[in-house]
Amino acid sequence: MSQSNKQNQNQEKQKHWLYREENRKTLWKIQFGILILAVLPDFFMHHHASFEAQGIHLDASPFFYAWYGFLTCAAMVVAAKLLAVVLKRKDDYYD
Amino acid sequence: MMSSLIIPPGLILILGGLLLPWLAPRFRTFVAIGFPLLTLTIVWLVTPEHSMKLAFLDYELDILHLSSEGRVFATVFSMMAGIGALYAIKHARTLELSAAFVYAGSAVGVTFCGDLISLFVFWEIMAIGSTLVIWANCHQNNRAYGASMRYLLVHLLGGVILMIGIAAHVANTGSVEFTAMKADSFGTILIIIGFLINAGAPPFSAWIADAYPEASPSGTVFLSAFTTKTAVFALLMGFPGESILIYVGMYMVFYGIIYALLENDMRRILAYSIVNQVGFMVVAIGIGSELALNGATAHAFAHIIYKGLLLMSAGSVLLMTGKRKCTDLGGLFQSMPVTAINGIIGALAISAVPLTSGFVTKSLETSAAAEAGMPWVWFCLVAASAGVFLHAGIKFPWFVFFQKDSGLRPPDPPWNMRVAMWIMSFLCILIGIVPSIIYGILPYALDYQPYTIDHVVTQMQLLLFAGFAFFALLALMKRTLTISLDFDWFYRKLMFGVIAWIKEHSPKFISPAIFGLTTFGQRRFNRLFKVHGPQGILARTWPSASMVLWVAVLLATAMILHFISL
Repeated sequence: MSQSNKQNQNQEKQKHWLYREENRKTLWKIQFGILILAVLPDFFMHHHASFEAQGIHLDASPFFYAWYGFLTCAAMVVAAKLLAVVLKRKDDYYD
Repeated sequence: MMSSLIIPPGLILILGGLLLPWLAPRFRTFVAIGFPLLTLTIVWLVTPEHSMKLAFLDYELDILHLSSEGRVFATVFSMMAGIGALYAIKHARTLELSAAFVYAGSAVGVTFCGDLISLFVFWEIMAIGSTLVIWANCHQNNRAYGASMRYLLVHLLGGVILMIGIAAHVANTGSVEFTAMKADSFGTILIIIGFLINAGAPPFSAWIADAYPEASPSGTVFLSAFTTKTAVFALLMGFPGESILIYVGMYMVFYGIIYALLENDMRRILAYSIVNQVGFMVVAIGIGSELALNGATAHAFAHIIYKGLLLMSAGSVLLMTGKRKCTDLGGLFQSMPVTAINGIIGALAISAVPLTSGFVTKSLETSAAAEAGMPWVWFCLVAASAGVFLHAGIKFPWFVFFQKDSGLRPPDPPWNMRVAMWIMSFLCILIGIVPSIIYGILPYALDYQPYTIDHVVTQMQLLLFAGFAFFALLALMKRTLTISLDFDWFYRKLMFGVIAWIKEHSPKFISPAIFGLTTFGQRRFNRLFKVHGPQGILARTWPSASMVLWVAVLLATAMILHFISL
């Protein structure tokens, strides 16, 4: 029993550190760190509004690019997933 | 002295392509690198005073007509021919390289056309050259032949529509000059449709993802560069500010993203991404302001380089592993670091990360939408920029080089491929750091500062949160062994199915009709053969004896008539 555990540990060690289970949490923490760093400037600066003449100030509001980037991408992934129901076929469909 | 030596640069590349098969292999490398360099030199020696006029029917053609837009496109086309040849030189068949040079040369030819007739001629040579590039891969990929034929059919259809449009336009206006037009007459509407088919616009978008990934690793690199971008050039010169293009382009932008997200084949992901990127350019051409047209030109230049780089990276993976599906790949960064690093640089550039060529060029287009006061265009383009990072910037490198460990441990590709990739990466970053290189050659004077704190910060926020969406929703992106249906279903399945069904189910109606038709045709032909055939009455050689006899009869008649009249 202990031998197979040891083998598993050895296998884990042979893997590149990116693929080791124990590092997964660290990678997520790094990502969240970067995201927080990216939005920090919004506490100190105002963004340029491109459509003042049209009365649109949304793009100058704080954190706009962050939530807009996330939500539009999430929407595109979901849209793709929904379209897949209709459009997906086995990849030898035309053969 | 120098000016008399100037010949149309495209012809040099075409000549190089025709020369390649006859050369000993050791000279081939020199021609493959030297001719594109020579072409590039000539492109920059041409001045607006130069022209090469040819007479055709009643029209005067000009195949050496310099425009500042054309020079930008010709520059990047000849660069791609050279760097692509370096990438291809060890593995590509001579047929592929030769066809690619003819293809590239005619693309350069289009950029120096002053009239619609010579444009059409180069347009069609491009279609043939590119088909041969796909065809050259038939011995390795049994899907390549079918794909090349479908590709050819779409382009011949586009060519016919373009030809009808040009004929109608010339009949209408009496001028063959290739200049800015409005899509408001029968002729010009068909011309814009002909251009758009080559750009990958709906409903004919499927040909790009259908055909390009069936070519060899180097073949796809060549294919990605020329056809769609020549169409962008033609739209840019022919239809700037045509507002329908905004809607067409916007469709292409999101079509590319959605289909790329669903795709499993790594090079097909990048092919859909071409449609997405060309969509940005088409939108900008539709906006039509000086900033927008500068943006479309600059973006096309940058795009050709980073898309070439991405496909070189994907091609190297294909060459070294023989696998093309994301489900089979993963973990390759461990044994192919050079390919991975260059692929990532290309991915960063296409995503418009600061310090890359995408950042300094694509932002011209979004700024143009803002400057023109088109909020919905701007909001869509910004969302699409985030989507580019999603479908190409992260998806491609993640599934090919990281993801799960597939256990594959192939080495990096041979030196020529590595050098080609490094050159392309260098160019991506060089343009990103020194944008004046590209800003200086654009058609209109440009006063634009890409590196403001606001721009860098907002772009990083947009991209990082797009990346976060990717990893947060990774479960939804799990690769499956599937393809996605597209408009090509109509001609690959439906039409084929209908014909097969008719053939199978209604022989009693069809065969008498076909029989009647063939016997009718056969009877006509038999009659024709009887009269005009080798032994027919009208084709027979007459023996001299009968000639003499008839002359004698004529003489006798004439004499008798003469005596009678006396």
